[in-house]
Amino acid sequence: MTATSLFGKPQRAALSLPVITNNPIGVQVLGICSALAVTTRVDKAIVMGVGVTIVTAFANLAVSMVRNYTPSSIRIIVQLAIIASLVIMVDQFLKAYLFELSLELSVFVGLIITNCIVMGRAEGYAMQNPPWLSFLDGIGNGFGYALVLLLVAVARELLGAGKILGVVVLPVTTDGGWYVPNGLMLLAPSGLFLIALLVWLLRTWKPELQEED
Amino acid sequence: MPDTQSTRYTVGFAAAICVVCALLVAASAVGLRERQETNQLLYRQKNVLLAAGLVKPDEALSEEQLLKAFDRRIRVRLVELPGGAMQPASRMDPKTYDQRKARSDPAASHSVPPNPAQISRVPNYGAVYFVVDAADQGHIEQIVIPVEGVGMWGTLYGFLAIDRDTTTISGLTYYDQKETPGLGGEAGNARWQALWRGRKAYDENWEPRIVVIKGPAGPPAQDPHRVDGLSGATITSNGITRMMAFWLGREGYGPFLARFREGAEL
Repeated sequence: MTATSLFGKPQRAALSLPVITNNPIGVQVLGICSALAVTTRVDKAIVMGVGVTIVTAFANLAVSMVRNYTPSSIRIIVQLAIIASLVIMVDQFLKAYLFELSLELSVFVGLIITNCIVMGRAEGYAMQNPPWLSFLDGIGNGFGYALVLLLVAVARELLGAGKILGVVVLPVTTDGGWYVPNGLMLLAPSGLFLIALLVWLLRTWKPELQEED
Repeated sequence: MPDTQSTRYTVGFAAAICVVCALLVAASAVGLRERQETNQLLYRQKNVLLAAGLVKPDEALSEEQLLKAFDRRIRVRLVELPGGAMQPASRMDPKTYDQRKARSDPAASHSVPPNPAQISRVPNYGAVYFVVDAADQGHIEQIVIPVEGVGMWGTLYGFLAIDRDTTTISGLTYYDQKETPGLGGEAGNARWQALWRGRKAYDENWEPRIVVIKGPAGPPAQDPHRVDGLSGATITSNGITRMMAFWLGREGYGPFLARFREGAEL
C-alpha cells in the first residue's frame, strides 16, 4: 500500500471534514449533553476529548472490520458491545494512570457509551466504509468534539475561575486580585449558551451549513 | 460468505463478539489492578493528611512528596473494636490491613446491635492514624479515625481528625461517596468540610453530640455541636450525623478515645 492510498483525498477528507465543516457538536448536533458537563475546566475537557477520540476511532475501526459479517438484525447491539468494552478499558486506564482526574471524570467516562457521537459515527459511517477510513473518521470526529470542548472550557474556566489549566490568568477578588469571577460560567447553563453561540458563529461563517426552513 | 441473516449465524456471531469483548475487558481490569490499588491506597493516605490539615485541598503533590509527608507525620496503629486496646505494631501490619475488606469477612468482623447508622458489621480491628509532631515523634497532636456510613445512594467513606483533647474536630474528608453531585455530593466539598473545624464531637458527659442540622449553624465557639446542613440533601446530612454518632460511640472508636483521654497505656 502506498502513501497516497493511505492518505489520499478521501482519507484526508474523512479526517479533516468533521473537525469544522461537519463538526459533531456544531453541525451534527451530537454529544451536547457531555459537552455541557465536562467543560468547566480545561483539563477535564482535554481528557474527555482524548477519551472520546480514542473510543470513536477504535469503535469505528472495530465496527467497520466486522461490518460485512454483522447480521443487520443485531448490528446496534454489536456496536454497543464494542463501544462499551472500549469505554470500560479507557476508564480502567484512567483509574490506573490519572487517578485523581478519574475520580471526577469516571461518571462522564461511563457516559461516553451513550455519547451520540460514538454511536452515530459507528452506525452512520463505519457500517458503510472500510476500516482505515472509519478509523480516520473517528479521529476526525473526536478532534471536532475536542475542539469545541476546549473552546468552551477555556471560556468557562477563564471567566468562571480566572484560570486556565489551573494557572491564574485573571487574579480573582477572593484571592486579593481585581477580577470578580462570573459564577454562572461554572454552572451548566453557561455551557448551553456558549455552545449555542459557537453553533451560530459556525453557521454564520459557513452559511452553506444552514438548513432550509 | 455464510448467510449472515440466518438465526444460527446470528447467535454464533453474537456469542463470538461477547467472548472477544469479555476477554479484552477482563485483561485490562486484571492487568491494571495492581496500579489502581496503589492509587487508592495513596489517595486514602492523602485524605488522612487532608483531614489533619497537613496538605491543602488544591495542593498538587507528587507520589513521593505524599509518601514522605505521610511517613513524617503519621503513625498508623490498629486498635481493637470496640474495646479500644491498641495492638502492638508487630502483630499486624497496619499498612497492609484492609479495613473495608475486614468488615465483610466474617472471621475478621463482628455484628453490632441495630443502630440508626444502619451499620451491621464492624471489623475487629480499626486503624487509627496518629498525627505526630515532626520533631518530637512521641508527641501526638491529632487522632484521625476512619468513618463510614450510608447516605442517599451508597456508603460514604471518610476520615475525621480530632485534636488530642479527643473532642475538638480538626478536619473531615470524604474520599469515596456516590451522593448526588451538587446536593449530597457536596459532602466531598472542602469548603463544607472546613465548617467542621473547631466544633466539638462530644458533650460534657462524653456522649457523641455533633449533628448536621437543617440550615446554617453558628460559628464553632457559639454553636460547637452543630454543622450547617447540606442544602437539598437531608438524607445525606442525617447519614453523616448517624455515622459520626456510631463511630464516636461505644461500638466504634469511643472506648479507644476514652482510653487515650484518660492517659491509659496505649
